[in-house]
Amino acid sequence: MKEIVLVKYGEIALKGLNKKTFEDMLTKNIKRRIKSLGKFICTSAQSTLYITPDDDNADLSEVVDRVGKIFGIAALCRACVCDKDFTDIAEKSIEYLSDILSCAGTFKVTAKRADKAFPMKSPEICMELGGILLEKFPNLTVDVKNPEVTVTVEIRDTNAYVHAENIKGAGGLPVGSSGKAMLLLSGGIDSPVAGWMMAKRGVHIAAIHYVSPPYTSDRAQLKVEQLCEKLTDYCGGIAFYCVPFTELQEAIKDNCPEEFFTIIMRRLMMEIAQRIAAKDNCLALITGESVGQVASQTMAAIACTDAVCRIPVFRPLVGMDKTEIIEIARKIDTFETSTLPYEDCCTVFTPRHPKVRPILSDVEKAQNSFDFEPLIQKAVENTEMKTFNYGG
Amino acid sequence: MSVYLDNAATTKPCEEAVAAALNAMTENFGNPSSLHRAGLNAQLIVDKARKVIADSIGAERDTIYFTSGATESNNLALRGASSAYGRKRRKIVISSVEHASVEETVADLESKGFEVVRVAPREDGRLYAADFVRECDENTCLLSMMLVNNETGYILPVKETFSFVKRKFPDIITHCDCVQGYMKLPLRVQALNADLISLSGHKIHAVKGVGVLYIKKGIRVLPIVTGGKQEKGIRSGTESVPLIAAFGAAVEKLAPTIQERYESVSRLKQYLLEKISAVDGIAVNSPDDGSPYVVNISAEGKRSEIMLHFLEQKEIYVSSGSACSKGQQSGVLGQFGIKGKRADSAVRISMTAETKADELDAFAEALHEGMEKIRG
Repeated sequence: MKEIVLVKYGEIALKGLNKKTFEDMLTKNIKRRIKSLGKFICTSAQSTLYITPDDDNADLSEVVDRVGKIFGIAALCRACVCDKDFTDIAEKSIEYLSDILSCAGTFKVTAKRADKAFPMKSPEICMELGGILLEKFPNLTVDVKNPEVTVTVEIRDTNAYVHAENIKGAGGLPVGSSGKAMLLLSGGIDSPVAGWMMAKRGVHIAAIHYVSPPYTSDRAQLKVEQLCEKLTDYCGGIAFYCVPFTELQEAIKDNCPEEFFTIIMRRLMMEIAQRIAAKDNCLALITGESVGQVASQTMAAIACTDAVCRIPVFRPLVGMDKTEIIEIARKIDTFETSTLPYEDCCTVFTPRHPKVRPILSDVEKAQNSFDFEPLIQKAVENTEMKTFNYGG
Repeated sequence: MSVYLDNAATTKPCEEAVAAALNAMTENFGNPSSLHRAGLNAQLIVDKARKVIADSIGAERDTIYFTSGATESNNLALRGASSAYGRKRRKIVISSVEHASVEETVADLESKGFEVVRVAPREDGRLYAADFVRECDENTCLLSMMLVNNETGYILPVKETFSFVKRKFPDIITHCDCVQGYMKLPLRVQALNADLISLSGHKIHAVKGVGVLYIKKGIRVLPIVTGGKQEKGIRSGTESVPLIAAFGAAVEKLAPTIQERYESVSRLKQYLLEKISAVDGIAVNSPDDGSPYVVNISAEGKRSEIMLHFLEQKEIYVSSGSACSKGQQSGVLGQFGIKGKRADSAVRISMTAETKADELDAFAEALHEGMEKIRG
């Protein structure tokens, strides 16, 4: 008995003439993600991708787990391959589903007949197969409204497929199909979630992080690297840029009014980020800001930060509450790492009373009192890059 | 030539494990909890081992908790999960062939008010998923089964049982003691459907004193040791960096060769069975489809301990199993239908991929001699 994984496309099924580009990208992402699990053949037809294992040891539950995290997929399931012949479908259903059916109470059968040349119509398939399964598994009763198990028969081009579990996919668009952007990754709860959300829209993520030793520790950087690793489950490979930021932070402290520390720091971060973004062909910046969450994230503060930006800044969390953000962080398994208690550069030299509604001209004046440019250039030059690939 | 055929009891540490432990004792001896670089370096060693072990069972790094060994892992799993989930649901289901570290722990919980059901093999000596499913109900908090029986090598139907039970009662916590299966059979947490998994270092050519409990994300286990909140508070106490490093190094070495070692040990088992089939009065207690690493036999009329000491004189080391100690019959062999004199005369041979055919020759020859010389 042969088992495969059926992957149903999400949004890309609706694309027009460029659908193939999206499909190819998705196939490439899937192949790369399951490569280490064994040999597989991936083929696509009728808005469905078929993952067929090419060796006996392939672990399909792990394939499902990994593919379930890839963007661009609406649903997926493991299925048993049958001949397009009702007797074979019935026999294989009994064998393939005996585990699940022998301990279930209620079930129903649904059929999808994509190949209209198949002699039986969908309701007929349901009735016939339902009858056979009822006879074989006396513990079962039919419940069409709320069954414990839904047995699905799909009659497609070359084969028929039987399965009993439909798993929801991650949705969105294949990563890479929307270009690349630079994520400002602090190590907190929000920024990994922001990266995940943009990856969901097909954006290939690069990440930038600022370190200020001795004010921040190696462990803080390590934590951010671990977050990057976690994100690769969803985002694929990530180029990680680590910017030495101590001198700039010390210069701010020495030369600027305390109330503007954070806002000037953020402007400098944005400046550095877009210079590195340009080098890495990133078309936008991504931050985890949410309006009003902290003093530097009021609308006035965001306006002052954005004033230095020459490329778009995406803030996918802008309208979300902390609880909603945490919910996603838990789902994508970054919450626990994010809440490890290491100081990051955003909390170094925090002003006691930051300006909640800074005025751009005041901020610019404060910043212009010192020539940051040589330090910015030095920081960009000394930035180190590491690549995180899927599977660490 | 000494012939060590007691690898289910413990294994010889591999060079890689010894080197890793030595490095963590001489170079990177910091406390992983210290904030300075020496501490961080020690933490990185622990993290690396955690990752290697997590990868080897298809799990995430932060689901791996280090303990002092599989006995502690089993205690932590059973006591910790039953205190988290057993306030209202007071029933625990286990197989009747578990290792003492599970059986005794559950017996203790039984004395504290839990209802314990021990599912026994049927007459054919095999356990059936349906028998476990039948015993599970809304009142059950915990189901524990070992993957491979340490005395006979019998492989329990864990995968089927757990997936049945999880489908029917998703709230039941499933625990699998994988000590005799880890690095010997393919083991993936996803496929096994286990919430908790116990692993041991010294059974896989690492060192004694280190084990792992895998705790699936979202599953709560209350600590049985409290203190400095190491291992996320689940297992306090400064991490034993050298032993953990050794564990990681051994897994790194063995993980890529599970399949090929399985095949080579299967050939060894076949060879051994052929060899001893020529000896009169030998009965094989291990099932054909069991783990090839463990072969349990009975030498008719010769008490296990005497045979063991006879072989020992020839520097051949086997085990009377946990089978029969000081005249007491093995409870577990009896569960498999191996009783009376046959259980009294049970001998366990346990191999590794490094076991040589000529070592098995020496064993078979000595066994033959023992059958002739030992007075019943």
